[in-house]
Amino acid sequence: MMRAIGLGVGLFGLWLALSGYFKPFLLSLGVLSCIATVLIAQRMRLLDRETVPLELPLTLLLYWAWLGREVMKSSIAVSRVILARKMPIAQQLIRVPTTQHTEMGHTIFANSITLTPGTVTVETTDDSYIIHALTDAACDMDGFASMDARAAKVGGA
Amino acid sequence: MFFAILLALMVTMLLVIIRLFAGPTLYDRVLATNSFGTLTVLLIGLLGFLTERPEFLDIAMLYALINFVSTIAILKFFRYRDISRGLVQAPEEEQRNA
Amino acid sequence: MHELLGMAADIISIFLFIIGGGFMLIGAIGIIRLPDFWSRLHAAGIIDTVGAELILTGMMFQAGFTQVTVKLILIGLFLFVTSPTSTHALANAAFTAGIMPLGMKRNESDKVLKPAPVRDGVKT
Repeated sequence: MMRAIGLGVGLFGLWLALSGYFKPFLLSLGVLSCIATVLIAQRMRLLDRETVPLELPLTLLLYWAWLGREVMKSSIAVSRVILARKMPIAQQLIRVPTTQHTEMGHTIFANSITLTPGTVTVETTDDSYIIHALTDAACDMDGFASMDARAAKVGGA
Repeated sequence: MFFAILLALMVTMLLVIIRLFAGPTLYDRVLATNSFGTLTVLLIGLLGFLTERPEFLDIAMLYALINFVSTIAILKFFRYRDISRGLVQAPEEEQRNA
Repeated sequence: MHELLGMAADIISIFLFIIGGGFMLIGAIGIIRLPDFWSRLHAAGIIDTVGAELILTGMMFQAGFTQVTVKLILIGLFLFVTSPTSTHALANAAFTAGIMPLGMKRNESDKVLKPAPVRDGVKT
């Protein structure tokens, strides 16, 4: 029930943001369409942890701020590699262990690795990932471990 | 100001489209297509600002959605040669197929 | 006071446009210059994350507190979530197809993967 209400509120917020209408008639049409969508989602049994992640804590925003700084740092490093006369590339596929237990944690950690330029998640298993790294500096194991701990805190380990 | 950034965007798109035509493997081409789509989203948004018609942003949003779905669909098709196959099969289905 | 705020917003967005456009051009140069598919993936990552997000943020400062900013935030969030997903899908598809990095220095992929199961005659 909580998830149905959450989905309805989220959908109505999206409707308001995209339409920008505040006339009573159009508002009631928006509410009706949101309720219809929630009912269809209920009937399709789509309301679960994955589609309505109410468990995500607000510290996700703090995590994004931290991730933004990391992304800036590593993109400057990759830009240096691209602009160098002899590009110092040392490509490698490395194994990175992970301690995530939930699917959300896995998603957050693997996507964070992919989002930072210089490293891309290639394959995932339950206890470790294959990462493609562009340079030696990109495969910084302590950095991965600290990102893992932060992602576990957000994604619920 | 918008004009200058539009020019930079155009140059970027030109370079990316060179890779799209030159790319030796299929995956280079898909990569270039995906980047080109992201740049197109930005281009549509900037055009909306230049012509002072913010409705363009709705089109930009739709383009972002279509770009993501089409990239995934192309990759799935070239991996399985079939779009209707499920990526993860349910256990009972798997037994039936085995 | 109002004019001053407008000028500050202009300066911030010009700054963001310059940095974002610079990263975008660097990414495009990388896409042309880097030697193989796997390294180009990182150049495309620069365009998709840093370049796009910074330019969208610059546009937000130009729009001010309006509905346009909300739409720009939605586009930014969407790109932020989907660009790593499509990059991962691309990398995984290329890895499955057997394309390997040029001049690979270290390969630990065998330590993670068990031999792939064969399902319906297709390696999954």
